[in-house]
Amino acid sequence: MDGPVTASVGWLVAAPLAGSVATFLLRGRRGASEAVLLLTALAAALATNGLVARIMGSGPYTVEIGSWGAPAGIEWAVDDLSAAFLAVALPVWIAATIVAHGLLHSPRSPRDARVFRKEPGPTARTFWPLWLLLWGGVNALFLSADLFNLYVALELAGLAGVALVATAGVLPALQAALRYFFANVAGSISFLTGVALVYHRYQTLDLQLLRSAAESDASTTVALALLGAGLLLKAALFPMHAWLPRAHAAAPAPVSAILSALVVKAPVYLVLRLWLDVFHVALPPSVLTFVGALGAIGIVWGSARALRVERLKSLIAYSTVAQVGLLFTAFPIVHAAGSRDARWGLVFLAVGHAVAKASMFLAAGGLARAHGHDRLDQMTGFGAREPLCTYAFGLGGMSLLGVPGTIGFSGKWLLATSGLEVWAVPWVVAVSASALLTAAYVWRVLAIAIRSAPEPAGTRPLARRIAWSAFALAVLTVALGLGSGPFVEPLP
Amino acid sequence: MTSLVLYPLAGVVALALGLAGLVTRPHLLTKVLAFNLMATGASLLLVGLGHDGTASSDPVPQAMVLTGIVVSVSATAVALAIIARLSRLDPDGVERSD
Repeated sequence: MDGPVTASVGWLVAAPLAGSVATFLLRGRRGASEAVLLLTALAAALATNGLVARIMGSGPYTVEIGSWGAPAGIEWAVDDLSAAFLAVALPVWIAATIVAHGLLHSPRSPRDARVFRKEPGPTARTFWPLWLLLWGGVNALFLSADLFNLYVALELAGLAGVALVATAGVLPALQAALRYFFANVAGSISFLTGVALVYHRYQTLDLQLLRSAAESDASTTVALALLGAGLLLKAALFPMHAWLPRAHAAAPAPVSAILSALVVKAPVYLVLRLWLDVFHVALPPSVLTFVGALGAIGIVWGSARALRVERLKSLIAYSTVAQVGLLFTAFPIVHAAGSRDARWGLVFLAVGHAVAKASMFLAAGGLARAHGHDRLDQMTGFGAREPLCTYAFGLGGMSLLGVPGTIGFSGKWLLATSGLEVWAVPWVVAVSASALLTAAYVWRVLAIAIRSAPEPAGTRPLARRIAWSAFALAVLTVALGLGSGPFVEPLP
Repeated sequence: MTSLVLYPLAGVVALALGLAGLVTRPHLLTKVLAFNLMATGASLLLVGLGHDGTASSDPVPQAMVLTGIVVSVSATAVALAIIARLSRLDPDGVERSD
């Protein structure tokens, strides 16, 4: 009965993986690569559309791959949580792909041609296969309903992410990629050890079977700690964040956008899935207090660093450390309130950060291309030169700090109101205070943008589609904010 | 009976040694070896826990370990490729990472 839909969800993973192989075989040939990218995006859009329609129509469902169900086979599951992440991931991927294409292929002036040949950086031949591999891996993370499958998807996404950071080619990028690699494999192995303990305790890895079997005992607690530690390392929760700022700052801008928007979001989604959903009964609440406290420190630390760094992309990367902290500060609220509103508050915050941060990184990539660097002190007055990129950065920043009308506001409002109902006051204060710190570093950039200054030498025009893609994502934060109105309205 | 305890325990020891090497050793190749040791430890733990002392063992952990070996081979390849590129740009950078 679910034949056509089965095929449709499978395309979210199959199309990018097949595209990855195809672009590799085509060796980055112009025209052919574009056709593969277009087909992949089309398949992903149809599949996402299909799964969202089915979730809204008839609720959560599972897909048995090759008609082999659990416990012997591997299942994919879609519910409102994974559908929300997948639905938001799609426009982020499309915008980032357009920008990546723009940066790889934008026409370069003859004056620059000589400089450019020496400039290290990704080529179409190496970039697209890794890019599509990451796309498939991240989609698999949101779809898998099996712990071992999740481990494989984590490794797939992690390795593709590391390699994409390395495509920037310069020495700092290679060093950052290696740091990212070692943090990433340590996280994966911690997760795998947790998987081993879960299997030993419950004799199954299927999340639905585990949900009904989960019990509170010592071996489950150790397993949850190992699974969680691996995921928190991959999500870059303070103090396990040291790998993130350099990797996200050194990567090519569209890669930074995807890493910050989606690749650190997938482990957050999995912590939510494993700790507060599947193993809800087995989780000691004190763990969430601890994680929330780390998150609060992360907000202050990441924001403080974002106020001091010299480069725009580093600033946005440290902002990711702060925003990941914010997401984990929300976990105790979701647990204490236990309500649908609080859970959606966290989801809105996470997907809102995904869209906003992607638009900010893409805008920063455009600005860096236009200026030839991203040193803030030499970019004064960029608002007049690149207004669209500046709007995109500003609007994304507004969503991060939670200006009403953006998706960031909806998330914070739902979390604050549900938190106050259960007197989770310190967490509500932390969520609210993060807005002030966010405002400070967003304003730091905008103040540089609007100051008038003569155009620096070497500034070059930017392919329009780069700025427009960043801007479209920024507008999406407002569209999502307005669209989430029905969730926010019925509250007192 | 002893092998029921011995294999998982050896796995945990390998995991801990690997983690210590990954964190403390500055040489990049040592770090790669350390991560391989961690992966081996995790595999040993998986298989060791799946082993119940009888002749017929649970095949699922063994299937997982096979996949895990493929994953760590690929991961090692990625790391070595990046280290090779890095050593061309900065020949001394392989011995000291921060």
